[in-house]
Amino acid sequence: MKVTVGTVARRRTELGLLVLGVGLTGSLYTLASLAKSAKLPLNLRAFLVAVSAMLLLAHFIVRRTARHADATLLPLAALLNGIGYVFIARLRPTYAPKQALWTAVAIGAFSLTMIFARNIRNLEYFRYSFAIGGIILLLLPMVPGIGYERNGSRIWAHFGPVSFQPGEIAKLTLAIFMASFLVERRELLALAGRRVFGMTFPEAKHLGPVALAWLLSMMVMVLEKDLGSSLLFFALFLAMLWVATGRGSFVVITGVMFFGGATLAYRIFAHVQVRVSTWINPWPTASGKGYQIVQSLYAFGSGGITGTGINLGSPTRIPASHNDFILAAIGEELGLAGSVAVVVIFFLIVGAGLRIALRADSPFEKLLAAGLTTIIGVQTFIIVGGVTRLVPLTGVTLPFVSYGGSSLVVNYVLIALLLRISHDANVRHGDAVPLTALERRGQRRRQHKLDAVADDVTSLDLRPDRPIETDR
Amino acid sequence: MNANIRRLGVVLVALFVLLVFQLNYLQVIRSDHLANHPGNTRSSVRDFGEPRGTIRTADGLVVAESFKNPDTNSDYAYLRRYPRGPLYGHITGFFSYNFGSTGIERAFSSVLAGRKVAPTIKGMKDLLASKVVTGNVELTIDHRIQSVAAQALRKRKGSIVVLDPRTGAILASVSYPSYDPNPLSSPDLTNAQNAYARLNADKDRPLLARAYRERYAPGSTFKAITAATGLTTEVVGLTKPVYPVLSALPLRYTTRPLRNFGGGSCGGDLVSVFVVSCNTSFAQLALDLGAQRLYDGAKSFGFDRDVPLDVSPGAVRSFFPAPEFFVKNDPQLAQSGIGQGNVSATTLQMALVAAAVANNGVIEQPHFMKEVRSSDGELVVGESRNELTRAMPDKVAAEISSMMQEVVRRGTGTRAAIPGVTVAAKTGTAQTGLGTAHAWTIAFAPAEAPRVAIAVLIENQPEVSTLTGGKIASPVARQVLEAALAATS
Repeated sequence: MKVTVGTVARRRTELGLLVLGVGLTGSLYTLASLAKSAKLPLNLRAFLVAVSAMLLLAHFIVRRTARHADATLLPLAALLNGIGYVFIARLRPTYAPKQALWTAVAIGAFSLTMIFARNIRNLEYFRYSFAIGGIILLLLPMVPGIGYERNGSRIWAHFGPVSFQPGEIAKLTLAIFMASFLVERRELLALAGRRVFGMTFPEAKHLGPVALAWLLSMMVMVLEKDLGSSLLFFALFLAMLWVATGRGSFVVITGVMFFGGATLAYRIFAHVQVRVSTWINPWPTASGKGYQIVQSLYAFGSGGITGTGINLGSPTRIPASHNDFILAAIGEELGLAGSVAVVVIFFLIVGAGLRIALRADSPFEKLLAAGLTTIIGVQTFIIVGGVTRLVPLTGVTLPFVSYGGSSLVVNYVLIALLLRISHDANVRHGDAVPLTALERRGQRRRQHKLDAVADDVTSLDLRPDRPIETDR
Repeated sequence: MNANIRRLGVVLVALFVLLVFQLNYLQVIRSDHLANHPGNTRSSVRDFGEPRGTIRTADGLVVAESFKNPDTNSDYAYLRRYPRGPLYGHITGFFSYNFGSTGIERAFSSVLAGRKVAPTIKGMKDLLASKVVTGNVELTIDHRIQSVAAQALRKRKGSIVVLDPRTGAILASVSYPSYDPNPLSSPDLTNAQNAYARLNADKDRPLLARAYRERYAPGSTFKAITAATGLTTEVVGLTKPVYPVLSALPLRYTTRPLRNFGGGSCGGDLVSVFVVSCNTSFAQLALDLGAQRLYDGAKSFGFDRDVPLDVSPGAVRSFFPAPEFFVKNDPQLAQSGIGQGNVSATTLQMALVAAAVANNGVIEQPHFMKEVRSSDGELVVGESRNELTRAMPDKVAAEISSMMQEVVRRGTGTRAAIPGVTVAAKTGTAQTGLGTAHAWTIAFAPAEAPRVAIAVLIENQPEVSTLTGGKIASPVARQVLEAALAATS
């Protein structure tokens, strides 16, 4: 095993980037206060201490459990989180404490994931638990007494005082399920099938379980009127299927399915028609159904290139400016510079995620990393495209930035999983120093598991040390 | 699988490129359009958050001002009030949260809000303190003249414009009916909406600034232009030709001759026919001039061109048909010569005609703004005085002036006479074709050294005779002229 300084440098880079992120967030927070009252924020020190403490904790956990992991993901997520918090505090001051609390919970969930999910391939064994869990989570909002409707979407569930969006968690569990399921069947899916019109179509029996899960989730979400999540699940499914098999025919099939489903939804559901008509031309209904999107466009236009400055615009005129439309608020007050910066941060996260997928050890890890990256990338596209009228508006949160606990927690867990895969890959690729005791224990445990699997399973495909790459 | 991941990467990159393109489209290419879209109330939100300068008349009366909102929970820290309500409604305009703004409020919005007023920085303290500097607009309007003009109109539909012919400063501008800008500028949005809906539904159109946004046939007041064009082009002199005494002028291309009001007969030299406002003679003069020369004459007085005015929306164009319109159309040409047919003019335009005669043939650009001072008292913008156009040579202006004086002495405008002052005037009675007539009088005084020019228009008077203008509009002109002469002495 080659010993280099790369890994220490990685964590040092991460720390440096985190300090930079805290600095940027603190500056933005100070500017917001200066613009409003010409005074420094009263709680600036407490704010900086709290932010630094949370991020240092996360950094420390990464240092102890995955010291070879990618250095950019955590700082990028933290910066988005910081920008989002400052804007939420500026747009809806009463929501800020709750968002701060959720941030702490999310960092906690991130840490727990880093500590306990040390062997990512363990996730594979629970694939059906994840599938069933995901579907139950999706159904939860429909359960009387637990689920309830808010703002026209029935996507909420509550247990006692805690309410959350189960669908946010389901996107992770379903991604894990699909990754493991597709890896197992991918040879079958990639090779077997019928040739029609020069394209090979898979046999229904191979595709069945996944299609069923997908169909179920789609149906549930259509019933819950959550178009954004439906679209996201759909894109996730398509991307993972495509990455797993490399078959264009899947794109065609799912494309046709999507077109058919969308047309059907458009025919049946008034709320789908509204979304489409306000996308094509929102101006005639600018004070009615098109109000949201038109206000969003006004905000972007008024921001121009450099923006009004934080706390100096009027983004509170946009409905849900702290939530789905938060990028419009950023675009108004920080201008094109700010809105593009946020998009670029997401772009960097996607880049890091794809790099991790490329370097990952096993097909499962590759596919999972690609799927998780797709979630972040496509969700960003759906909501940013929606609020800028590039695509019809379907409500999803802007990851890390929008107000909302469920989304924040799930996205931090997602980053933790990517870091774990990254760490494993970097260890394997050998640019690592000797492992810490904790890491050694994790690796030992994993090796035991793998050996056990190798004994049980006759198919050798699952063995990570035998390359099954069939890149064409 | 790596190749597939790379392909996925290409797709994701493409999606992000689209996002960046769209953001650039909204925030750079369409930025101005979206920022200034009428539905985008951001600038008024900003304006309502800060005090705004006052609008005053030249004699110091406040006609628009900001005051602190007593309701401190409201979104709007400052409200706008118009102490004189409808009297200055069309001039100040309104400053509404939902409907934007009009009038001086709109034309000088950035100045009033202080955005174009650089604060004077006298030291570090001024740099650091967030001092709000607004601009105060002083109008050329004189409240003494404005209020007399409104009274003299006696709630008849119409308008009066008084200006200083030497500078173009508008001393009074009254349109009736008018509206009260206060409810429209109210922070109570439903209240404002109801008031706006009511005003828009009113068939008398109180929101319309008739003085410069509505056109009427100018009738015989247009004869001043026909006569001036005739004298300038030397198609006619003061004493010859002598027009035959006729009751009706036969015309080519029609069997219907052009008649004098009530079938009366008139004729004679230019002075005589001007004083009695003889239709047949002026129709003949128009035919003698021809379409091109009459069109050019009207244009030099301000017809068929934009007359810039420092309110928003500004003045509409007065209309004279293009020369091609009159090809083989003697009846229309003859009608145009006496200010009928398709000719139409704003009251402001006809006041400019009087001003041109009073000011040796030169029309100064009309304006409402005298000066803008910052709240620190520094001059920000001074009165803008530009020559708009030369309507006629000064010799011709002097000749028209003496004819207009004769009109007051012994013609149709005797009711405009003021004891001890030489008044020059021309009356007009424009038939509407609906059995009514618009009563006009344009005038200026004192004729020897004119300080005041005026145009009075009163809509749709039931009585139609050659005397309608003189009978109805001239006394109004006299009353306002008296007040204006007293105020400007």
